[in-house]
Amino acid sequence: MNAAVDTTKPEQRTVLPQAGRARFSSMHALHAWLMLLPAVILLAAFTHYPALSTIWHSFFSTPKGRRPAAFVGWENYALLRDDAVFWQSLWNNLWFALGTIPTSIGVALAMALWINGAMAGRAFLRMAYFTPTVLPMVAVANIWLFFYTPQYGLLAQGLEWVGLPGVNWLGSRETALPAMMVVTIWKESGFFMIFYLAALQTMSPSLREAAMLEGASRWDYFRRVLFPLLMPTTLFVLINALINAFRLVDHIVVMTKGGPDNASMLLLYYIYQVGFAYWDTAYAATLTVVLLAILGCSALIKFRWLDRRTHYQ
Amino acid sequence: MTKILDTLAAWALGLLWILPLAYAAWAAFHPPAYATRFDLAAPLTLANFAHAWEAAPFPRYFLNTFLLVTMVLAAQLVLSTLAGYAFARMTFRGRDTLFMLVLLQLMIMPDVLLVENYRSMSWLGLRDTVLAIGLPYFASAFGIFLLRQTFKTVPRELEEAARMEGANALQILWKVYVPLAKPVYLAYGLVSVSHHWNNFLWPLIITNSVESRPLTVGLQVFSSTDQGVDWSVITAATLLSAAPLLIAFLLFQRQFVQSFMRAGIR
Repeated sequence: MNAAVDTTKPEQRTVLPQAGRARFSSMHALHAWLMLLPAVILLAAFTHYPALSTIWHSFFSTPKGRRPAAFVGWENYALLRDDAVFWQSLWNNLWFALGTIPTSIGVALAMALWINGAMAGRAFLRMAYFTPTVLPMVAVANIWLFFYTPQYGLLAQGLEWVGLPGVNWLGSRETALPAMMVVTIWKESGFFMIFYLAALQTMSPSLREAAMLEGASRWDYFRRVLFPLLMPTTLFVLINALINAFRLVDHIVVMTKGGPDNASMLLLYYIYQVGFAYWDTAYAATLTVVLLAILGCSALIKFRWLDRRTHYQ
Repeated sequence: MTKILDTLAAWALGLLWILPLAYAAWAAFHPPAYATRFDLAAPLTLANFAHAWEAAPFPRYFLNTFLLVTMVLAAQLVLSTLAGYAFARMTFRGRDTLFMLVLLQLMIMPDVLLVENYRSMSWLGLRDTVLAIGLPYFASAFGIFLLRQTFKTVPRELEEAARMEGANALQILWKVYVPLAKPVYLAYGLVSVSHHWNNFLWPLIITNSVESRPLTVGLQVFSSTDQGVDWSVITAATLLSAAPLLIAFLLFQRQFVQSFMRAGIR
């Protein structure tokens, strides 16, 4: 096998005679496929196949004991329609996304602008902002768990010091989900800051000087120049944040287990509970189909936007 | 004036952001009696770490996590390099469609396909092994995408020159493309290691013994079993499990941030 010929550029093929060209291009394709094969097989086995088989299994019943799974049509979906916990987890997840994404993005942008400017103690600030990103969510959740603990916790002590009554942050329906949001914002803002920093560093300082010469105020400069220029980054961060809002439930496992009374139940945590605590795999598959639909929609948005930005060729 | 306000706000936020970690360090390095009492005269101690280290098989958890991140990273680097090159520099029928299918994994990650992947792992007989934790992540759309973009920027003349000297495709990839993409490999490596060091839900589901549990799951098992409310020991264990990444981060802060930045601009 003469590999030196196989990798010849397509343009050079034109000089080959007809038969040689065909043989050559099939060899070339064969090599390409051989290089892709391991990655493609694993991707198909653990992403595409499970995504499709989730849909397939959502139309069957959960096998129990000696009774195998039976085709049940839309029965699982009817169950889903009448499942109050599912609807609550979906709503909670939407609120969770709404409560965390804009705030994280705002905080991230502020952090990036501060660090990008000449600020006293930049090194410390960068470290402080970014540290939560490298810590495991489980570890972080353990620390925050203590913050929220009634009576002994840091928040409770702080409130007592000011003379306010303590709140059972994780134990009451009103505060459990917001408490989870705070942890998420704290964990993710530093990560999103990085993307803004990267974008800011590609911007020319003369842009700012020109704006100042025109007599623009700082706010004008931000609103009319910087923010529009950062729009692609914001979109990118937005999509990532959206995916994370539906993908990351480690803190729920550690801190609330979806409680109290499902007040902090998120969709993926509910799937985990149904699938691996109740072992109702068919219903868990049905719930996963909903999650896949949500992620699929964000995928569509992302592709359309990515297509415009980076041209695949 | 605005400058001062800016600095003040930035610092207030910075202190707020470091507070949880600072508190964890306080509780971990002081006797349990001082876990919730802040007294500058409190004696320092390492007893909490010793206690945590003895109370759970942390050495084994460390080993498992280390094996996991090494295995995942090695597989990802090899597979993404081969696939990234094929997508960047080879022409074949269906390439663009296939690439789109690969990119789908950016949105629909193995993280959410818990039930079906659990089924697959049971079928393969891999349940409760370190391999099962890593396997779904071996092929990484992010890695393939990142390397494809990088390889596309390599001048074709370099490839031509290498071919004149009689190098075959794999040699060209190894001698020309890989060395030029070194910074990208570093960036991707850091992102991958920190991601898999911290991964939790899938390992929680697929493992159920000390022999295969990574640190994150071990930590959770440790803190949720009857340790009472001994926060000092739990924070010590928490810091222990995050320590290698945290120390590496503090030492190579600049590189870390830059790597994440590089991996972020895709």
